[in-house]
Amino acid sequence: MTVFIIRRLLQALLVVFMMSVIVFFGVNIVGDPVYMLVSPDADQADIEAAISRLGLDRPILEQYWLFLKGAAQGDLGDSFIFGEPALKLILHHMPATMELAFSALILAVVIGIPLGLYAGLYPDSRISKGIMAASIFGFSLPTFWVGLMLIMLFAVELQWVPATGRGDLGSFLGIQSSLFTLDGLSHIFLPALNLALLKISLAIRLTRAGVREAMGLDYVKYARAKGLSTRRIILVHVMKNIMIPVVTVMGLEFGSLIGFSVVTETIFAWPGMGKLLIDAILQLDRPVVVAYLMIIVLFFVLINLIVDILYSILDPRVRLQDQGA
Amino acid sequence: MRKFTAATAVAFGILAYGVGAASAEKLTIGLASEPTSLDPHFHNLGPNNAMSVHIFDRLIAQDEKQRLSPGLAVSWEPVDELTWEFKLREGVKFHDGSDFNADDVVCTMARAPDVPNSPSGYGTYLKGKEVIKIDDYTVHFKTAAPYPLMGNDISTIPVISELGCDSTTEDFNAGTAAIGTGPFKFQSYTPGESIVLVRNDEYWGDTPVWSEVEFRPITSGPSRVASLLAGDVDMISGVPTTDITTLKGNDDIQLSQGVSNRVIYLHMDQFRENSPFVKANGGGDIKNPLMDVRVRKAISMAISRDAIVDRVMEGVALPAGQLLPEGFFGVSDNLDVVAYDPEGAKALMAEAGYADGFEMTIHGPNDRYINDAKIVEAIAQMLTRVGIKTAVETMPRSVYFGRASKGSPEGLPEFSFILVGWGAGSGEASSPLKSLIHTYDKDAGFGSSNRGRHSDSETDALIEEALRTVDDAKRQDLLARATERAIENVAIIPTHFQVNTWAAKKGLSYIARTDEYTLATGVVKE
Repeated sequence: MTVFIIRRLLQALLVVFMMSVIVFFGVNIVGDPVYMLVSPDADQADIEAAISRLGLDRPILEQYWLFLKGAAQGDLGDSFIFGEPALKLILHHMPATMELAFSALILAVVIGIPLGLYAGLYPDSRISKGIMAASIFGFSLPTFWVGLMLIMLFAVELQWVPATGRGDLGSFLGIQSSLFTLDGLSHIFLPALNLALLKISLAIRLTRAGVREAMGLDYVKYARAKGLSTRRIILVHVMKNIMIPVVTVMGLEFGSLIGFSVVTETIFAWPGMGKLLIDAILQLDRPVVVAYLMIIVLFFVLINLIVDILYSILDPRVRLQDQGA
Repeated sequence: MRKFTAATAVAFGILAYGVGAASAEKLTIGLASEPTSLDPHFHNLGPNNAMSVHIFDRLIAQDEKQRLSPGLAVSWEPVDELTWEFKLREGVKFHDGSDFNADDVVCTMARAPDVPNSPSGYGTYLKGKEVIKIDDYTVHFKTAAPYPLMGNDISTIPVISELGCDSTTEDFNAGTAAIGTGPFKFQSYTPGESIVLVRNDEYWGDTPVWSEVEFRPITSGPSRVASLLAGDVDMISGVPTTDITTLKGNDDIQLSQGVSNRVIYLHMDQFRENSPFVKANGGGDIKNPLMDVRVRKAISMAISRDAIVDRVMEGVALPAGQLLPEGFFGVSDNLDVVAYDPEGAKALMAEAGYADGFEMTIHGPNDRYINDAKIVEAIAQMLTRVGIKTAVETMPRSVYFGRASKGSPEGLPEFSFILVGWGAGSGEASSPLKSLIHTYDKDAGFGSSNRGRHSDSETDALIEEALRTVDDAKRQDLLARATERAIENVAIIPTHFQVNTWAAKKGLSYIARTDEYTLATGVVKE
């Protein structure tokens, strides 16, 4: 068991190292950040000073070595544009993205599952067909377009909620979030809905398929024969069974919510990590881009590592196979 | 041009009216681009400078047309060839109640060029200047050679208090050091979200109308417009040209427009016998035709500036015949916009020996200037029509400017024919002349953005003489002559001046600025 974990750890380290090579070199061969930074009034001497201050006059391998040395000590470099540690900037913007992704996930579950349940129970009704048709739009319409349409409808025409920005922050159990104030909730509604659309469609389809399958199964027939009410059969027995794949997929999709938030955050001027990343890419703020990607890589490697270890504890066959290989 | 001046005149009348009615009113502005810091010396960047104007005064202010006017200095004049004397305003207080005097100026000028981690500092403007305190309200700036642009240079430096001189950029962003003498005081700053300022009731100049101003960065153009329509914000900067027509038809919205100091122009390779992106018909090598002034002239004549302005820019630009729009210091009265004349262009090409034309690629950015990629395409079509078969390649600015400046294997400009823009930060003609037209000279700091490497000794001499001439009338004349000669030689081809658009809810208008700044003090009620 210990050998297995050590081996997995080493593999994870190797993956992180390989990714750092790909990310660092990939980001550093594109474009020239100096001309994005210096004022047009700067003369040749000023430009050269800026290049050497940023360390861009050094050979790329030396730059990479310095990056590795810093990274080993938890320093992923300073932002070219803000002059602050890139890691600090990202962590500063993380809560906004997390609350957005979290709200979107809640919306996906609260809206998607009941609609999917209905569509699964009454597959032939007009409403069900309407729900399924709408879910196709959820899959296929581009996020940025839907986002603008949502703004035009709910913010400009109806004036129910604000168009952009993050609202007032509230504090609850020591956590600062815009979810704890009315103003904050009114601000987060549209971006969360926009981000959730794809996931709502996914939840509808997963739930519907599960319900359709379960309704024909023997345990449902037995429950009926036993005289249970339809309500109890669906809400207790069917739901319990179909929730397993829905919860699993939705959990996995949380990661992609964070990833997809880039577009939504830009449209709704939401001050999260995605917005930070997009701005950093446009302005070629290399340390921020590299740090962001490295954090994501580390995140995924860690999750996979934990899952692998959990599997090996739960299922001895995984361990045995690994030793055989 | 007349249209814009008239609008400004009206706006001024409104300003005079608006100032009288100071009361508790909040203004929210949606910004197209966000400042990167509240430290006024951290990053010499348009949005940062515009924000710092609210909190920090300069010794010399630039008005909406970038003309110099007294700020924290009441007067500035040369006392001898190498010394400028600045008399400081007395009785001015910083936001923390401390008095403003010469010590603040001395320490400001020491800090401005020297902020740790600064991506682009203010050393450019303070190079070779020594600051000496004479008494509490007199300061001397000494230079090694006569220096006429002292006022323009000093007008770019925000003055901080002595307390701020020992502070870090973080202290400024936290607000503890963001203490100036300006019309607004720091209230709060959340990067990516908002900057809130409150009125400085003890301001030495005209007290602002607005008691509180919130700036919110909304970088996506359509979202910014939607936020205005939804009433989230009272005014936005950088209205996308595609939305201008729709907004004009909206009775609840008021547009304010004004020409900027930014000229959009074409640089042509004038230093390589074989230019990498110029080929003979069919793709063979050719002696660089862009070296021939007749070819350059023909290209200029083949471009319909009216078509660019009317079609591509939807009317929101002014055709350009020189480096700055009329009204700026150093502009020539003798230059007109080059008339569109495709037949004349063909004749000139034939005279130069290119009756059958040649092949060329035009390069340009696609996310830097208003409609840049569309302009590049339009120009390529116009040139193709007179026989110069022009291919188009556009790219993001993060890639473009590096390659355009030193992308070739030898570290020289990579492209042959490019579209670029230049905003004259100093608000007068020496800025583009020095950087774009003068022969590339690394040691002297001339021609730093001369990506076509045009070189003409007579023009150089005129520019250098202008930069030594302290007498305003003489310098104006020298700059105008240098501009005339550069345009005569087709050193570059100016196409148009950008016009900026702000949109506000009904009842508000903005005094458009040539430097493209968005200032709360320029928002007036009707």
